[in-house]
Amino acid sequence: MVADLNPGHRLAPSRRSVLLGAGAAVLTSKAFAASSDKIATGTADAMREAIRKLVGNAPIQPGRVKLDLPPLVENGNSVQLAVTVDSPMSEEDHVTQIHLFSEKNPLPTMAVFFLGPRSGRASVVTRVRLADSQTVTALCQMSDGSFWSDSASVLVTLAACVEPI
Amino acid sequence: MNKPSALINVPQSAKSGEIIDIKALIAHPMEPGYRRTQFGEILPRDIITHFQCRYNGTVIFQALFYPAIAANPFILFSTIAKESGVMEFNWAGDNGFSVTETTSITVT
Repeated sequence: MVADLNPGHRLAPSRRSVLLGAGAAVLTSKAFAASSDKIATGTADAMREAIRKLVGNAPIQPGRVKLDLPPLVENGNSVQLAVTVDSPMSEEDHVTQIHLFSEKNPLPTMAVFFLGPRSGRASVVTRVRLADSQTVTALCQMSDGSFWSDSASVLVTLAACVEPI
Repeated sequence: MNKPSALINVPQSAKSGEIIDIKALIAHPMEPGYRRTQFGEILPRDIITHFQCRYNGTVIFQALFYPAIAANPFILFSTIAKESGVMEFNWAGDNGFSVTETTSITVT
């Protein structure tokens, strides 16, 4: 009768099994840390390579492009990013493409935007993920084939993409 | 899968030649394909890869998305109001994802 009044005592975990469980949890979380380290292999070299692949041997000039990113970001899962290019956006002189590149994300290419004389204004806003504190580069191609770029560094407290769920 | 909801913000009317801002947002997880479950398995990539906006049939804006675009992709761009008509927005991506929304605009 006494046991029936308190059936929970048989289900209560022993001290040993709790310790074992905690040990297993530490082991698995270590395994995850290792696996996510392996994923986050984006490097500045990979980004430079991706940019070279796009522009070939054409020179990339600084200026005309303005990349707006907050300097400090709490959550890298959604970061507002704005690119504005100084261009008349006329039939003869306009922006054709805007590319975004990341240094630390697993994939260096972030997004590509195609604009034209009908855009009126060379400005795009979107929200991106950032896997780490890094420098983001906006590269823009004009209708005459020239490339212009701007970079912005951003500090990220909570990284995106690689966290286990 | 439920019908994904898209939000589009285009001014209902505009003066001819005016530059108008267009905002487009769509509900989508944008699973980057780099995250793992608690069992260590990689979650397969499921993203929108292509966004396109047509103004009376003419493509005025296009974008290619990669895993670096945040969940529920938001995009703001602009165009010149030329004539009254229909704007068509299309999002396409992995696993046969394709959503088209239309809005109309009156140009005076």
